[in-house]
Parts: sequence; C-alpha cells; structure tokens
Amino acid sequence: MKVGDSVKNFKLLWDFMKGNRLLYLASIISIGLATIFSFLSPLVIRYTIDSVIGGTPMNAPIWVMNIIESIGGQDTLRQNIWMCSIAVVLLSLINGIFTYYKGKWSAVASESIAQNMKDTLYDKLQNVRYDYYVKAETGDLIQRCTSDVDTVRRFLAIQLVEVGRALFMLGMAISIMFSLDVRMTLVSMSIIPGIFLFSTLYYMKVKASFLECDESEGQLTTVLQENLTGMRVVRAFARQPYERDKFDEVNRDFRGKVSNLISLLAWYWSFSDFLSMLQMGIVLVSGVYWTVSGHMTLGTLVVFTTYEGMLLWPVRLMGRILTDMGKTSVALGRIKEILDEPLDKDEKEGLKPEIQGNIEFQHVNFKYENGKEVLKDITFKVKKGQTVAILGPTGSGKSTLMHLLHRLYDYDSGSIKIDGIELRDIDKKWIREKIGIVLQEPFLYSKTIKENLKMAKKGVDEDRIYQSARIAHVHDVITSFEKGYDTLVGERGVTLSGGQKQRVAITRALIKDCPILIFDDSLSAVDTETDAAIRKALKERKKDVTTFIISHRINTLSEADMILVMEEGRIIEIGKHETLVNKPGLYRRIWEIQNTKEDDLTA
Amino acid sequence: MTTYQEQEYNKKIDLSLWRKLFKYVMPYKKYMIRLTLVMMAVGGIDVIFPLMTRYAIDNFVIEGKFEGLWIFAAVYGLLVLIQATNVKLLALNAGSIETGVIYDIRRKGFDNLQQLSFSYYDKTPVGWMMARMTSDVQRLGDTIAWGMVDMVWGFTMMVGIAIVMLFINFRLALISLSVVPLLAIASVYFQQKILKAHRRVRKINSRITGAFNEGIMGAKTTKTLVREEENLKEFKGLTLEMFDSSVRAAMYSAVYLPLVVTLGSIGTGLAMWYGGKAVMLETISYGTLVLFISYTIQFFEPVRDLARIFSEFQSAQASAERIMSLIDTKPEITDTPEVLESFGDVFDPKPENWPEIKGDITFRDVNFSYKDGEEVLENFNLEVKAGQSIALVGETGSGKSTIVNLLCRFYEPVSGEILIDGVNYKERSQAWLQSNLGYVLQTPHLFSGTVKDNIRYGKLDAADEDIINAAKMVNAHEFIMKLEKGYETEVGEGGSRLSTGEKQLISFARAILADPRIFVLDEATSSVDTETEKIIQDAIQKVLKGRTSFIIAHRLSTIRSADRILVISDGKIIEDGNHSKLMREKGHYYRLYTNQFMEEQEKEILGRVNE
Repeated sequence: MKVGDSVKNFKLLWDFMKGNRLLYLASIISIGLATIFSFLSPLVIRYTIDSVIGGTPMNAPIWVMNIIESIGGQDTLRQNIWMCSIAVVLLSLINGIFTYYKGKWSAVASESIAQNMKDTLYDKLQNVRYDYYVKAETGDLIQRCTSDVDTVRRFLAIQLVEVGRALFMLGMAISIMFSLDVRMTLVSMSIIPGIFLFSTLYYMKVKASFLECDESEGQLTTVLQENLTGMRVVRAFARQPYERDKFDEVNRDFRGKVSNLISLLAWYWSFSDFLSMLQMGIVLVSGVYWTVSGHMTLGTLVVFTTYEGMLLWPVRLMGRILTDMGKTSVALGRIKEILDEPLDKDEKEGLKPEIQGNIEFQHVNFKYENGKEVLKDITFKVKKGQTVAILGPTGSGKSTLMHLLHRLYDYDSGSIKIDGIELRDIDKKWIREKIGIVLQEPFLYSKTIKENLKMAKKGVDEDRIYQSARIAHVHDVITSFEKGYDTLVGERGVTLSGGQKQRVAITRALIKDCPILIFDDSLSAVDTETDAAIRKALKERKKDVTTFIISHRINTLSEADMILVMEEGRIIEIGKHETLVNKPGLYRRIWEIQNTKEDDLTA
Repeated sequence: MTTYQEQEYNKKIDLSLWRKLFKYVMPYKKYMIRLTLVMMAVGGIDVIFPLMTRYAIDNFVIEGKFEGLWIFAAVYGLLVLIQATNVKLLALNAGSIETGVIYDIRRKGFDNLQQLSFSYYDKTPVGWMMARMTSDVQRLGDTIAWGMVDMVWGFTMMVGIAIVMLFINFRLALISLSVVPLLAIASVYFQQKILKAHRRVRKINSRITGAFNEGIMGAKTTKTLVREEENLKEFKGLTLEMFDSSVRAAMYSAVYLPLVVTLGSIGTGLAMWYGGKAVMLETISYGTLVLFISYTIQFFEPVRDLARIFSEFQSAQASAERIMSLIDTKPEITDTPEVLESFGDVFDPKPENWPEIKGDITFRDVNFSYKDGEEVLENFNLEVKAGQSIALVGETGSGKSTIVNLLCRFYEPVSGEILIDGVNYKERSQAWLQSNLGYVLQTPHLFSGTVKDNIRYGKLDAADEDIINAAKMVNAHEFIMKLEKGYETEVGEGGSRLSTGEKQLISFARAILADPRIFVLDEATSSVDTETEKIIQDAIQKVLKGRTSFIIAHRLSTIRSADRILVISDGKIIEDGNHSKLMREKGHYYRLYTNQFMEEQEKEILGRVNE
C-alpha cells in the first residue's frame, strides 16, 4: 500500500469524525489528565517515604509546600500519615473519573462514527447505479460494511486513544524523571529506543508469518468446503480415506504454520520481556548505587522503579498499534471503494408530470459501460392502455429495454417520450413511482407478507391488498398459511416457491396502481392456466394501463395489441399476432413449435 | 457466506461439556503440566521482583553499603533470564496445546463428517458445518490454551502476593487487602452487566449484518419500489439501537476499571498509612513498606482482565457445545459389526473379501419417507437385470431422486429391502457398494487441483495413460489438450475455470476410469450449446455400455436410447417400457415427451427460457 493511499484513507476517517472531533479530543485530553494524575500518586508515595517518614527536607514546587504548610507542615503529616494515604486515594479517584470520561467519550465518539459509517454505507448501497448490483459480490460487500467498519471502530475506540495515552505517559514520565534526576533518567531510557525499534521491526517481520497462516487456513477451508459440497462424489467413489488424508495434510500444514508463528511470537515476547526487565534491573541497581552514594533519595528510587514500569508498557504496545494502523488503513480503503461509486441520481431537477401512459421510442441506442451494444435503433410507439408483448432470445435486450423505461439505465442516443415529455427530463424516482415493474427475480423482504405488500403504496387499505392478491391468484395461497398475511417471509419465516414469490411481487406491483405496468418475464414461473387467469383479471380490472409483458408463451403474446420480436438488440418484427404468424420469422417458428403438440412427433 | 445466526450463550458453566473436552486435552497432558508449572513460576517470579527491591532498600540503601551489590545485580539478571525463558516456554507450550487440540478436534470432526448420512447433509447448511469446523474450533483451542495461561498466571500471582504479604507481616497484609471482598462484589456485579450488555450488542450486530445482506440482495427491488428512504429509516433505527447498547456496554467497563483502580489505591493508601506508622515505630523496615506498596499495586492488575477472560470462556463453551454436537452426531446408516468384521469400514476397507458384483438390482416392497408421515415410496418394486439401462422420468418430487438415493445407499429403505445380485445390500459394507458405483451429478462437482487429479479421483492408482484413455473415450481429450497446460491445468476452486459442459465431460472421464458395475447419472437440466450437447450424448452412451445404469433423464436423446423407461409419479411406476412402446401407448410418457420436444426446440431458438 502506498503512503498516498494511506493518507487519503485516513482523510476519509477524519471526514467521518466530523461532529465528533471535539468529543474525541475531550476523550484524549481526559486520558491525558488521567495519566497525569496516575503519575502523581508515585510522587506522593515518594514524598511520604522520604520526607514524612524519613524526615529528609522535601524539594517541591512552592504551591505544594504552601498546602503542606497550611495543614501544619511535615510534622502534622508525620502524626497523620493517613492524610497522605487520602491524597493517594484522591489522586486515584480523580484519575478514575477522567478514565471514566475517557471511556465514555471515546465510546460515544467511536460508536457514533461507526453508526454514521454504517448508515452512510447502507444509504450508498441503496443509491448506487443499477449495474453495480449486477456485478456486486454480496459476501464481500457485507464484509466491508461490517467487519471493516468494526476494525475502524476498534481503532478509534481503543488504539487511537491508547496512542494518546502512550504519548502523554512518555512525555510526563520523561519530564518528571528529568526534573528529579537527569543522570538516572538517561539510565532509565537506555534500552527503551532499542525495545521500540525491536518491536516495530519485529511486527513487520511477523506479518509474513501471519500471511502464511492465513493462506494455509484458506487452503484448509477450501478442502473442507469442497469436501462438504462434494460429499456425494466422495461417497459415490468411496473416497473417504483419500479425503481424510487430504484434509490431514492441510490440517497438519496449518498446525505447522501456526506453530511457526507462535515460536516467532514466543521469541519476541521473551526477548522484549527480557529487555524490559533488564531495563528495570539496571534502574534498580544503578539507583541503589547512587542512593547509597548519596546522590539521590530512596523516594526518588521508588519513583523511578514505578515510572519505569509505566513507561515500558506503551513502548511495547507501539509496535502492535503500528500494525493495527496498517490494518485500519486497508479497511478504510475498502470502505472508500464503496463510497466512491457514482450515485444514481438526476443531474438536474427532474420534471414531475402526470403520467398518462403514451410511450414513444425513437432511434434509441444503448450500450453498457464495458462498451457492449445492447440496444440498437429501437423505434416504436404505444398508446395509453395498450398491451405490448415482447419475445426474443436470451440476451436480445428485452429486459434492458424495460430497464430503460424504468430509468434504471439511461439511453445513450435517440429519444424516449412519455406523454410527449423526454424521459431523461423526468425525475427518476417520480417515474419509478409511476411505472410498476415485476422483475424476473423478485425480492421479498424478510417481513410479513402484508408488510411486503403495503410498502408498495403508503396507507393502502386492506381490501385493496386482498383484491390485488386475488387478481394475482395468490390470495388463497396466503390465507392457507397458518398466519395468513402476517406470515414472515424469508430466512426466519416460510420459504415461498418461485411462482408464489412472483405472484406476491405481482400483487405488490398492482397495489402500486400505476399507469404503466411491466412484467419482466414474471409470469413464466407460474403455470399456463394461472398465467391466463392473471392476465384475464388484469384486463378486467383496468382498461387504461399501458402494459408490457415479456414472455415466450404464444398464448400470452397473441392477446397483445402489439408484439415486439427482438434479436441482438434490434426489433426484427413488430405487429399483431395475425400479421406475424403469417410471415416467416422467429415468431412464426415459436408459434409452430407450440402448436405441434398433438401432431405426429414419433420420430 | 457467513451465517447470520445469533449466538446464544449458555450462562451456566456446563461441567459435563468441559469433562468431555478434557478428553481432547489429555494427549497434551505433558504440555498442560509443563504450562501450569511454568505459569506458576512466572507468577512466582513476578512476586519475587518486589522482594528483590525490598532487599536492595533494606540491605544497601538503609545500611548505606555497597558490599554484595554486584552479586545482587547478578541474581537479578539471572531472575530476568529465567523469567524471559519462562515466557518463551509458556508461549511454546500453550502454542503446542492450542495447535494440537485444534488439529485433533478438526480431524475428529472431519472423520465424522465423512460418515454422517445424507439425511444430515440434507438438513444442515454447509456454512453451518464450515463455521463449526473453522471458527468454533479455533476459538475453543485458543481459549483452552491461552485462557489457561491468563488464569493460572493471575491466580498464582494473586495468591502468591497474598501469601508473601501475610507471611511478612500478617496484620499489615490483612489491612492492605481489606478492600478485596469489596472488589469481589463489585467485580461479580459489573461482570454480569458487561456480559449481558455484550450479548445484546452481538444480537443487534447480527441483525445489522442481516439488514446489509437484505439491502444488497434486494437493492434492485428497492429501486423499482422507490423504497430507499424507508429502508434507510428502518436501518437507522437498527444502528441507533446498536449505538445505544454499545455505549451502554462501554459505560459499564468505563465505570468498572476506574473502580478497580480506586479500590486498589485504597489498598495502597492503607498499606502506606499503617506501614508508615510501623516504619516510624521501627516495627517494619523501609524495604517492607516499599514492598507492600508495590504489591498492592500489582495485586489488582489481573483483576482488570477477569471480565475479558470470563467472557472468553463463556463463548468458548458455546463453541464447544456446537462442535461437540457435530462430533457426537451418529450416522444413521451404519454397517453391522459382522459386516464390518468381514468387509472393513470406509477408512479401512478389506477389498480382498469383497465379492464380485454383477449388477442385478431388485427393490422389494420398499417403503420410504424422509420425514415421518410423508411417504415418498410405498410398496415399491422393481427388478433390473445386469447391464440394463433405466431412464427415470417424471415431475420434480415424483420420487426419481429417492430411488437413486436408495440404490446408492445414501438413504436406506424404512421397510422392505434392496437386493444386489440377490443379496440384501445391508449384508455388505457401504464401501463395497459405493466402490462399485459410478455416480455423475446433475451439477458436476470438481475439486481444486489439475484436470488429471480430478480424473484420477475415479481410480487413485491409475496410470497417466489410463487417464488419457478415459478422457479420450468421453471425448474430453480434445478440449483438455487445448487448455493452457493440458492435463496439468488447474481447474480452480470447484472447477470454476471450466465451463459446465467441460466439467461434465471430466466427471464422465472420472466415472469411466472407476469402471463401476452400476452407474447412476443425474442428468443436468442446464443447457449447453448444441455441439457440446452432442459430444456429451456420445460420452453418455459410452459410459453406459455394459453396465447396469440408472439415469434421471432430462434430455430426450438420453431418454430415447435407454433400454427401459420408467415413468414415475407419486412414488409409483405408472409406465414401463422402451421408447417406441410407450409412444404407441399415448399415455403420460407421450405427453411428457411432446412437451419436452417442444421446449427443447424453443430453447434452441430462444436460449434459456427461464433466465
């Protein structure tokens, strides 16, 4: 990963922190204050040991001396050591209060940033262009929206604050130590740069080993997955022993790789512990030496040993935080990729005209982003209330034609006019409200059936729902469920068959009550009789709805006011059933096949 | 994809479960004992370091002499070295336990998965099994090894400190540690709260994951219904709930940690107060005072981690429950002890005792149901002579697949029997039958590896020539040679780098290499182009030749060329005969055939009809 990318990624984080930056700052300041107070306790302890108990004259800032004088000086304290104890407890308490605020504020800030990120991602994913969903990998996207966001959140909630604390600690400890004894401070610091360097270098090195483990685990997962999904093949060839050996190999390999990693870690831990403890030892021994030779006091020695313990911890943590920052940057980059997707929105304020349902295509061309031409020179005209049926081979552009009308894609050239208004000038969401479309693979939300239906139109009454469900021939199916319309759909509820799903989706489109209705091959999953019944009910219901039906059933096609036959992105035949059936072409061939049923087929 | 199931945790410690797990730790007893000893040493030395400081203060600083300082430094250095070694040992031992236990449980789980019946596979999603075998095992192993480390270390250190303090000065120790009961009460209270809050967070989190899943899967529909804003509103409700409960969980920790620190400082304050007085009265030394102060600080360190360790153990227990349930599931289809005795089991077959198979198959009064009450086959009878090819036709759910599943002994009849060469197949081993069985799936399944590896799966000791011959026989050789590296070409995960037609041909080659007596073909409905279709048809004919074969057929040409066609409806054979006989009868088969004929022709013009 390039440094520039990292900077950009963290810039994104900075943007997301908007509104929480102050809170975050407050949290870091809290931890800083908490750190200061945690450093004061050892000083009080030192004073107590040296001056109160030991009787050496103390060397402290004037204001501290004043406080001590005001309560009666060293002697009073000597009589009442509990006062010093209270001071220690009070300092801890104040430290605790700041720690509490740090915990609270960093949680609020990081959680609200995470919340904001998730909301933004969700919103984005709902509003990207239609073709994004065609190529999207759901699993990967979910990973980005959940675990990557969580990586960022953890970084904000824990690591970043810890960095703040570590810096405060280093600063505090070093300055206090310097003020107490310069020479001793230098001794205390002697190994620290080494430890820091070692941690950082080591974490860079161990990354490779982590990667190896990941890869080995990946292999293990693959073997397992293939075995489980191919269980029938395994059984059919009685290959269990072979599979067992294969799994054992990867299982063993993974164990080996993890063991390697742990050996590396063990080496690291023990070496860095060794260095740290050695540093402690050096402080103790040289401290003792200087104390004995009278260069410093016992209390100072105690302070130094205590601070040393506090210092070593953030230094050792640094290496780890640096690695985690790398991970966070990667996670941010993955989130950024989603957020950088272009939105599906109008460039300018769209019109919101009343829609009648007169549609005119003129020389419309369209190609996908990858340059593949999908629609070429499409021209036709539909009057309000007419039914148009479309027939064509796979990939001939039927669905795309409908998607253009719904403004899921925008045409490249030519013109589409609805009631005389250029489609491109009409507000996207407005036109989608006015055109009901039932997709090939309809989706039902994991809510109740009623909720799924109600979402088509706000405040729709139940009668209307039932009536539409009857037209779509699904009312009886729904009422046969134990909970009727309140049945939950999807993962936690019942699984509807493809045909049932289609019909619920049709009901949903009907409830919407649009002047234009599109069935994108949505009747093919229901049987022929139901198909006919639905169409009949549709016809009786409303006369002035412009309807498009994509189908390969001649019965369906033949009833349309106009039939479009498409091939390779062009309209190759256009007209009514009677016309098309009488001239050679795709339509006639399909018609022939579907009407040879009872003829002699015994080849 | 990940499973979105919410994880429910059993709140109680389940001793019988841990006892069961103990079995898996037993092989690593040696490491376990070593680890415990090392951890105790680590905790012990942690206790000794402050004692060293005390010694230094009392003997050098107070006495004001240098004698022995170098020896002291040397001893200190030695302790450091020992401690560093200990740390290394503890990591290595804990690592051995972790990797070992994980390896063993995975192996055991995998072996069991190889033997579980298809009734298990039919109702258990692969994702579920994967999660058990990967993340659950990992979590369990981690916790057994490292949770142990934390526990023993914390325990030894706390106990060690308490003992040394009590030993050095009983009264002062009691006073310094007087806050411990208070700490215990606060810990229990807060830990429960924290655990509960975290559980809530996890639940909402899985709902958010579900919402993302739905948001993406349903995005097209959302667009057409113009529901973006409502969806976002609902989603925001979820993230708000997440925010509230996460912050609440964080708050408990935010209160708990300072509380521990403050309670600890009370201990320190007490030690200083009473200790200080004692120093002035000269009942204890300076060093002892410093020691007590350090100890009171050190004592409370492990307490902070308790909540984390506790929750780790809890979730490890939940993992253990799930993985044990997988390992403890018994296969429904098993061979009797007598059969195992003479024919061997799946992992250890005894092919030398296996009788030759001819290929006569009889279903006698077979009844079968997947679930209680829903009979799929009722009094099903069928007699097939060796070498016959049988095409099974009928609608989805008519029972075709069940017949084949029973024949392969993927399932067993509820009553009645299936005879192979006149002997009930339960009297022979599963391995015997399945070794003599060729099975080509509707959707061919290939394994990662080369083309050659995949064909060799049919006969592991096949020579390269045999593999090439098998490929030639099913017309796969040509396209394989056109691949980048020929037979050495990697097919990708699940054969993803090959087309469906190519995968089918390879699976035929695999089956023909195995040279089974009985062959089962579950024909694909997905269409391939006309050219490939012809090649595949030719391959099928070659594979079927001279074998007893059952075909769940979808293609007319396959059906037509079968020796016998069985039309199945509601688990019964309603028509039985060859193509021309059934066509003359103008019954079910006739209608089915004409419909199919029409569809195939349409497909030729329109491509796949149901996209």
